Order: sequence, then C-alpha cells, then structure tokens
Amino acid sequence: MHDTIPNPASILPLRVERLCFADAQARLLEDVSFAIPRGGLTIVLGANGAGKSLLMRLCQGLLAPTSGAVAWNAQPEGFSRHAMVFQKPVMLRRSARGNVLHALAASGVARAGRAGRADAALQRFGLADLSERPARLLSGGEQQRLAIARAVAAGPEILFLDEPTSHLDPGATLQVEQMLGGLKRDGVTLVMTTHDMGQARRLADRVLFMHKGRLIEDAAAHTFFEGPAAAEARAFLAGDLLW
Amino acid sequence: MLWQCARAGGRRAHTAHGSGEQVDSLALALGLIVSLDPGFLAVVGLSLRVTATAVLIAALIGLPLGALLALKRFPGRSMVIVVVNAMMGLPPVVVGLLVFLALSRAGPLGALGLLFTPTAMIAAQTVLALPIVIAITRQIVEDLWGEYREHLLSLGLKGVRAVPTLLWDGRFSLTTGLLAAFGRASAEVGAVLIVGGNIAGSTRTMTTTIALETSKGDLPLALGLGLVLIGLTLLINAAAYGASRVGARHAV
Amino acid sequence: MTNTRRRHLAAWLCAASLFCAPAFAQQRSITVASTTSTMDSGLFEHLLPLFKARTGVDVRVLSQGTGQALDTGRRGDADVVFVHAREAEEKFVAEGFGLRRRPVMYNDFVLIGPKADPAGVAGGKDIAAALNALVGKQAPFVSRGDRSGTHQAELALWRAAGVDLTAARGAWYREIGQGMGAALNTAGAMGAYVLADRGTWLSFRNKGDLAILVEGDRRMFNQYGVMLVNPARHAHVRQADGQAFIDWLTSPDGQAAIAAYKVGGQQLFFPNATDPGA
Repeated sequence: MHDTIPNPASILPLRVERLCFADAQARLLEDVSFAIPRGGLTIVLGANGAGKSLLMRLCQGLLAPTSGAVAWNAQPEGFSRHAMVFQKPVMLRRSARGNVLHALAASGVARAGRAGRADAALQRFGLADLSERPARLLSGGEQQRLAIARAVAAGPEILFLDEPTSHLDPGATLQVEQMLGGLKRDGVTLVMTTHDMGQARRLADRVLFMHKGRLIEDAAAHTFFEGPAAAEARAFLAGDLLW
Repeated sequence: MLWQCARAGGRRAHTAHGSGEQVDSLALALGLIVSLDPGFLAVVGLSLRVTATAVLIAALIGLPLGALLALKRFPGRSMVIVVVNAMMGLPPVVVGLLVFLALSRAGPLGALGLLFTPTAMIAAQTVLALPIVIAITRQIVEDLWGEYREHLLSLGLKGVRAVPTLLWDGRFSLTTGLLAAFGRASAEVGAVLIVGGNIAGSTRTMTTTIALETSKGDLPLALGLGLVLIGLTLLINAAAYGASRVGARHAV
Repeated sequence: MTNTRRRHLAAWLCAASLFCAPAFAQQRSITVASTTSTMDSGLFEHLLPLFKARTGVDVRVLSQGTGQALDTGRRGDADVVFVHAREAEEKFVAEGFGLRRRPVMYNDFVLIGPKADPAGVAGGKDIAAALNALVGKQAPFVSRGDRSGTHQAELALWRAAGVDLTAARGAWYREIGQGMGAALNTAGAMGAYVLADRGTWLSFRNKGDLAILVEGDRRMFNQYGVMLVNPARHAHVRQADGQAFIDWLTSPDGQAAIAAYKVGGQQLFFPNATDPGA
C-alpha cells in the first residue's frame, strides 16, 4: 500500500523518535515514536487534549521538542517541502491569489514561476472565480480550501492538517475531503488530526490513536476500526458510537 | 512684497472690528488660494516639501525599526519602548534646540553648513516624526504578528523575514500612523523657527509665517493662513482616507 | 511581489517624489543676523531687492533680538550682524567675533500706551518724567525682557530716569521674553504701556486702543550698527559678499535708499553712516 522504497532526494520517511514536550506546568507529550513513509493519509485520532495538535506543530517545526527528535530522511531546506494547514486558517489581508503568491514567495519559488503556479492551484481547488476577492471576505469553507491551495501550491511532499474541517458545515467538509483525496492520488503524503469518527473512517489509510499525550495505538485503518487493541481506543470508539 | 493683495486685505480688516475679523480672514484665505500668488505658493510648497520629506525619511527608518522592535526580544526592550513612547511627547522647541546646537557652525555638524536651510528643518521634523512612526508601527506589527504568527512560522518566516509581510498587511493602519506623524510635523512651529530662522523666500513655512504675521499684529492674515493650513491638512487626510477605503475594498 | 503591489509601490514613490524632487537650489547668498525691528518695519523688504539688483547677491535675513543676533554671529551661523545696541556691538568686536563696526542709521523709540492714559503722561517730551509717573501710578508696563536692543534701550531709559527696577519691580512690570510685535499685542490686550521702535509701531496692524504718548526725547534715539563676522574665527564666512553689503549700506547710494523708505508718509530710519560719533 505505501511506497516503502525511500527516494534519496525525498525528505520522507519522517521518523518521530521518543518525542517529549513539556511546558512550565505539565508534560504534554510523552515518548511518542512513529514513522511516516511516503504516500497515504494518516489520521491522528484522539479526544481533546490528547496532544494531537501539539504533535502536528512539532512535526512542522513550529515548536522545539523538550527531548526526542523529528528526523527527516533528508533534511529539508526551508519550509517548501512540508506544509501545514490550521484549524482556523490565517488569511492575509490580500486577495485569494495574493495569499497563494505570498506562500510561493516565502517557499522560495522563483518570481517568474509564481503566477502560473498560483493560478493553477486556485483553478484546481475551484477558487479561480474568487481569485481577486479579499481572502478575509471568503466563507469559512472557501477560506479553508484556499488555505490548502496555498499550502500545496509550492508542491510539498507532505502536508500536515490540524482539524481542517471542524469549523465547516457538511457541504464544505465534503469539498475539503474531496480535495484531500485528490492530493493523495497525486502522491502527497497527508497527516491529519480529527475527532470526527465518520471522517476518520472515510479518509484514513492508517490511524495513530493518542491518549493523554501518549501514542496508544498505531494501526492500519481497517484493523483499527474493526477492533482496536488498546482499551482506551475501544472506549473512544464506543463513546463515539453512542454519539 | 509678498502677497500685496493679502496685505491690502489686512489693512481693510484692521478698520473692522469683532466678528468682521473672522469674515475677512475667510475671504483672505480664499483670496490667497484663488489668486495663486507665487509668494504664497512658495511658502505652502516649502511647508509641504519639508514635511513630506521628513515623514518619508522617518518612514524609511521608523517602519523597519518599529517592526523589529515588535518582533525581537532583547534585554532592555521594555525600556526602549517606554523611551520611544515618551519621545512622542517631546517638546518641539527642545528638538529644535538640539538640532540647532548640532548644526550650528560651533556644533559637531557645523562644517555641513546646514543651519538656517530647509535641510535643517527636515532634520528637525524627522526627529519629531520618528518616535510616532516607530511607536505606532511597533503596536500595529505586534498585534498583526499575534494573528499571523503560526501561519508565517509554518512558512518559515520569522524575525526579519516576517517584517515585509507584516508591514504590507498593516499598510492601512500604518498610513494612519504616518498621517499622525505628518500632522505633528506640519503643525509644528517652534523647532522649524529655531533651525530654519524664518528667512523670507528660503525657510519660511506656513506656521512660521503665521507666527510672524501675528507678531506684526496682522491677525486677519495670520488667521487666513491658519485656515489655509487647516484646509490643506483636511485635504491630505481626506485623500489618504479615500485611498485607503479604495484599497481596503481589495484587501480587507 | 504581485503586479498590483508593484503598481501601488510605484504610485506611492511617484507621489512622494512630487514633494521631494525639486532640489533646494542655493544661489550666491549671505546670511544677515538682524533685529525684529528692521524686519517687521518692512525696511529689508525695501532694501534687499535694490542690493540684489546691483550685486546679484541674495540676502537671507534672520530676524532675531539683538542679543540673539550677536550670539548667532559668535557661533559663526551668520556672515553679517546688523543690530542696535552700541555697547554690546563694541564688545562683540573687541572680543574678536566681528570686524570693524560701522554706524548705519538711527530711528527712535516711542512710549506707547492706552488712549485712556491712566498715568497721565500723554503729550510729554521727557521720557524720564513719564517713566517715573508710571512707577508712581503702578501703571502696567510690558517689557520685552529678551535681551534685544529695544530691551537694553528700555533698561538704559529706566536708569536715566533714576528708577531702580530691582526695587520698584512689581506686578505692574511684566516681562514677556518675546519680540516687539508680541509685546505690542500683549500691551494692547492688557491696556499696558510699552516702549517700541517707531518703525514697528507704524507698520503694526493691531493697534486697537494704543497710541503714541511720549516721543521726541533725544535719549530715545536708537543707533544701528553693522559688522562682518570675523573670517579669522569662522573661515566659512562669505567675506567678499558680506563686505559688499556693508559697503553698500554705508555708501551714499545705500544711505539714500534708507532715507527713502517711508510708511504712511513717515520716514522711519535716518541714515548717519558718516557721523563718527554714532
């Protein structure tokens, strides 16, 4: 299922090794290890406060771990080969197109190539008609689609998504999920947190189940949903089924 | 010599009393504008040129400095912020005196021969405008950074590399800050009087002319010029507000 | 970054350069530190075009108090000093800050006061008697208080009147530390007496209830002198053009031009460059 032959030029697989993170009050992430090979969509599942968002931020490099390491196969230069989409996207005070152009410039894409790539990204995610609209006046769903278009415009190998649909209505959620399916088919590796069980079942190839800052279970999606090994995961699934 | 018609108006006004003075001032102000008297235009032009240049220089220095002050953490940062904020209230005459002492032939920069020239007035107004630009930029950029932080960090933009994005996206608020700086510089009389010397045809600005005409007892002309200055300030602010409204429609 | 952004930037820079582009052209010019009385009376507006037509030299006039004008010369911030306080001028030359002092002209001071004249000094010619009457009535008096030539002349007149200001000073004596025009404005507003030079008084527009009450006393004559700032002390002084201005002022041509200046039909300044005692 996964492409396990590492490409020497690729930054993947990503190896997270014995990752710990503590703030002044508490240890929030405890001894988390796993590897992300190329391809596929991995869902990080868990209740609020399990440490899912924190894990995404550590992987993207927004935070430095207290101990342990986030190790890439080949050290990426800059931030063009791994990108991140947040739960509430930050829209710059520019047009939709301006937001994409800004991300391309920041990722080091040469000036001559930016316009073409921006227009292609907007076109692909159905934002071409909105490209000159101020980004902050777009609807929630449009903003999140723009956030994804912006994140992948420079062509990253891996995309981290932190609860990208938790603020969206079912229609917008469906559009985002279709976008992610397309990215997966194009070979972009996706790692995404969610607490929406339905979404996890629809999208996941693999599930990382977290509980209270620890990684409890790491399994292929069909194995996990048929019967998780860990008691916490079973309880979580049961609670979700009642809901 | 200057503004013959305005002076004739002034003499007329002298015979009038009470509210007639204000009416005459308004007529004088309109007359000055309509007649496009070269002496009057030279004074207005010099005022605008000096202040615009000073604000431009203050912006070139103050915008990046203010942004760095917002983003960088270093020992003594709070003190720097307090000092910059306090400098916004710096008395203009003190600024004038310091620039005067620096540029005087007997001072450290005397060899440049800049005292009593428009350049000296630009220097004084730049010193007046700079703290406003820095302080307002720091506040705006700091607020914007709070909002943009995660996104910019996820693009690898931090510290100096985040500055262009933050300044550009804060441009409408920053314009207001620059207008405040423009207002402080253009309304000021004490500092430019000291370092410019109010030399006719060379360093005479609208405010120093107003001071001079007041001391000559020509209150209607002084008031008329004051009305022109107020009108100009209104016009500049209206233009900037209009421009930012148009701009804001394209990038909220 | 984007095309729009570049267009915006270009527009901004264009707008900015509109204001800044015209360079501040410098032509052949000298800087003269002078007094508010010569400037506010309009004398320079009359003289300078004549001098420029003859020599092509632009004269930039700083109108300051006499004390401040001498300081400007001391610091080397002017080429020529043209003031009215003989003792201070001679000290300036003696200390080596200026070259030879040349007398140019005189005008006279007048005692201005409210038409109602509470101290009853109107019509007199004796300034000493008038000042004593002011002290006796504690009538409000506005003093320049700014070390200007007029201020120094005022102090000399109090001494001549035998009034010891340090003892007589009270709420009636108000030092404002400002120029002649401001002093007249203040006196008008407070109904106070004030000593003014005739030139400033005649061209002053806000006379209101004020009028000349005492004039014509020889002790109220006011001598002007001119001197070049010493180039040995300040090498940048424009010696040739500065000296040309001084020479012209004291020449028959310049003296005639001074005599020809009139306000409301009255001659304000009386040339006396040839009077060795002036």
